[in-house]
Amino acid sequence: MPLLEVDNLHTLFHTNDGEVHAVNGLSFHLEKGETLGIVGESGSGKSQLVLSIIGLLASNGRIQGSIRFQGQELVGMKPKEINRIRGDRIGMIFQDPMTCLNPYLTIERQMTEVLMLHQGMDRRSARRRSLEMLDAVHIPDAANRLMRYPHEFSGGMRQRVMIAMALLCQPDLLIADEPTTALDVTVQAQIVRLMNELQQEFGMSIIMITHDLGVIAGISDKVMVMYGGRVCEYAPVFELFRQPRHPYTRGLLQSVPRLDLAGSMQLHSIPGNPPNLLHLPAGCAFADRCEERLDRCDREQPSLKEISPGHLNACHLETGS
Amino acid sequence: MSRTEPVPEQAGRLQEIKGRSLWQDAWARLLRNRAALTAMVLLLLISMLVVAAPWLSPYEFDEIDWELISSPPSLENGHIFGTDSIGRDLFVRTLHGGRMSLMVGVIATLVSLVIGITWGATAGYLGGRVDGIMMRIVDILYAMPFMFFVILLMVFFGRNIYLIFIAIGAINWLDMARIVRGQTLSLKNREFVEAAMACGVSTPRIILRHIVPNLLGIVVVYVTLTIPQVILVESFLSFLGLGVQEPDTSWGALVNEGAQDMESAPWALLFPAGFLATTLFCFNFIGDGLRDALDPKDR
Amino acid sequence: MLRYSLKRLLGAIPTLLILMTLAFFMMRAAPGGPFDTEKSLPPEIQANLDRKYHLDEPLIQQYGRYLWDLLHGDFGPSFQYKDYSVNELIATGFPVSLRLGLSAIAIALVIGVGLGTLAALRQNSATDYSVMTLAMTGISIPNFVLAPILILIFAVYLGWLPAGGWNDGAFRNTILPVIGLALPQIAYISRLMRGSMIEVLRSNPIRTARAKGLPERVVILRHALKPALLPVVSFLGPATAAVITGSVVIEQIFGIPGLGRYFVQGALNRDYTLVMGVVVFYGVLIILFNFLVDLVYAMLDPKVRYS
Repeated sequence: MPLLEVDNLHTLFHTNDGEVHAVNGLSFHLEKGETLGIVGESGSGKSQLVLSIIGLLASNGRIQGSIRFQGQELVGMKPKEINRIRGDRIGMIFQDPMTCLNPYLTIERQMTEVLMLHQGMDRRSARRRSLEMLDAVHIPDAANRLMRYPHEFSGGMRQRVMIAMALLCQPDLLIADEPTTALDVTVQAQIVRLMNELQQEFGMSIIMITHDLGVIAGISDKVMVMYGGRVCEYAPVFELFRQPRHPYTRGLLQSVPRLDLAGSMQLHSIPGNPPNLLHLPAGCAFADRCEERLDRCDREQPSLKEISPGHLNACHLETGS
Repeated sequence: MSRTEPVPEQAGRLQEIKGRSLWQDAWARLLRNRAALTAMVLLLLISMLVVAAPWLSPYEFDEIDWELISSPPSLENGHIFGTDSIGRDLFVRTLHGGRMSLMVGVIATLVSLVIGITWGATAGYLGGRVDGIMMRIVDILYAMPFMFFVILLMVFFGRNIYLIFIAIGAINWLDMARIVRGQTLSLKNREFVEAAMACGVSTPRIILRHIVPNLLGIVVVYVTLTIPQVILVESFLSFLGLGVQEPDTSWGALVNEGAQDMESAPWALLFPAGFLATTLFCFNFIGDGLRDALDPKDR
Repeated sequence: MLRYSLKRLLGAIPTLLILMTLAFFMMRAAPGGPFDTEKSLPPEIQANLDRKYHLDEPLIQQYGRYLWDLLHGDFGPSFQYKDYSVNELIATGFPVSLRLGLSAIAIALVIGVGLGTLAALRQNSATDYSVMTLAMTGISIPNFVLAPILILIFAVYLGWLPAGGWNDGAFRNTILPVIGLALPQIAYISRLMRGSMIEVLRSNPIRTARAKGLPERVVILRHALKPALLPVVSFLGPATAAVITGSVVIEQIFGIPGLGRYFVQGALNRDYTLVMGVVVFYGVLIILFNFLVDLVYAMLDPKVRYS
């Protein structure tokens, strides 16, 4: 049984201007110990996808479809039950470490409360375990640092603390929503390396959301490319980089500037703008920006088809016009 | 160096259509706010009543009806709101008081507007140490119990109506200054101003097309919220007997008189009090509505 | 923390000095006031003033004396009551006002924070709208309109509470005045708390807390309450000034012998020294109180406390 199974997920937001379709009929599954990289631009729905999984959507959000975690259906679960899973079986870290920790509580408080809640530990044992985790994420002088406040930590260190906090109960799944985007490049590399290391040690599955293809390459087993709330392409990481099939994926890969091909080469960019999530087109969401567009693409939404073992693509070009 | 590929034409055009309707957007939002809408209608009604006062009633505001002292409201004898303890028609007096209260509201607000905008815009525009000193002065003044100073002025220099306007206005400008200064500072450094300058747009055009419209919104909101504060201060003074002199009257003075005869003639208290409260209510609702319309934060 | 406190204290001093200097010069300028050489006063008052102010000395020296007196808490003789000094009048009136004021602020805090939090938790519901409309009413209706209406209802028609009078501080006599003082502050504080709580509940640290699976009750009490309270703490400064201002009217309406009432009587009787003394007294009080509030705020913020 896969660890996580998402089936035909729709996430909608009701606003004054209409219904915003953030996620549109998304399906995928995640195995134990696997790392899935989700890549896409702003507005592709990747953040709303994971917020839907963990049940932290804004109050005007609605979910349709199915999300099964370890066999349990998460959609429609009561808050009390889903609270037992959050922090314990599923850990989550967010994009901006500078603002994610509570500035008015010590690190110790914010860490021990997780253990005391989910594993019934007393304060002293919880403190000990927290120290172990801080060591595992390589926070120097952890014993002193534990009693301090977040503002005394740098950005990179705060993200490590967030990771430590998310892994306190040794969850089966760690969701990381753009954990490196707000950090310096060198710190980014450290965090990616740390996550690989922790996965070796604890064996959890990881969902890594990012728009940085370098990070995807550094950590993922499988990659899912999202656009307009839908999956464009899904493949093992090497396959995706070597043989990208979807025009959007190819556009993304070509847009990465390369030092070795410098000179008078033009910087490639994908023309046009992200789709309006209030009024999604009937056909392929990427159609009006696609250089290889067919007539069929404007009318009919392409479905996800397996084109080679483990490699799925949603594009009419696969079958010709 | 490398060049970027040209972006297709229609992509840019789509953006333009959305951008133009910032004010229309705000107006639409305001109209959707039923509370604010109701408040605007009510306020309009009250204003019209107050302006039309002399033509609406057969009685003068200081005319004494000896036979009908402290009589309850009745339609037959023409005293729609009744009479007060001296026999004056309450309807006319309430409307007359409204004139004074609203006039003070508008004029004193204008005074505080002028002082506040000048102070705030100067501080925000000049920035640096001048800004620091000017805002420090604002901080110091903010801590003072203003009512007491106004009363002090009344005691020391007499109950001149113009003094009242100026005193109240001179005391309420602090909030306006703070807001205008904050807005000017942030506008000065915004990218679109830099962009306009980089494109060679002349300075007066920048001020007119970029800075003023952005300032306007917030100034309108604060004017709408200052008017009730100012009316309140004047009412407070009049209630204590330190505001407008006889025979002029304002809602505050009427409430004072009404409170004294409360047990025998409650209508003398309730009508002016009702008008005062409703007016303040309306201004506050409209101000809130404007603030939400111009900067919706999904209340 | 120590450096912060000292800095704030030093900042308060120029404010105090400006206040006192302004007071000094205004007194001198007032037509018909104690220093108007054209006005003739009853001889006892004139004698008191002459003795006090050494009017033949150069202005700078008078100013120096004035500051010295003030710093020793001496506000001079009353302009109207030849047997009383302003000090004595303040000393009689202030304890009464203090009792009412403190009760009003305490009640306003408790009820305001409670209502605001309730409204925030049930955002956009019927509860939210009714609480906020009530708050809007509290802000829009001046206390000198509300208080007589309260008297009308509870004292005249229902007869449950006395319509006025101090009765040496009997509890029954304090209920309506305290309510009258507290109501506008309850309105402001609940609006403030609601807005603040809504923003905090939307913030990133709260999202993290929820992602950890903490029950909502813990999220609110342990994570959200403290940051949400900060604007309310800041508001205590202006709130106190508002209560002091409000006391003027409330004491007048209910016939309570507090400092506010003395102030109004002084204003109506043109007792310049009394009026000035009360203004300076309250000014000093407010400045000191703001300083204390600043300190409390700093203590609540770990960034300031532990730097």
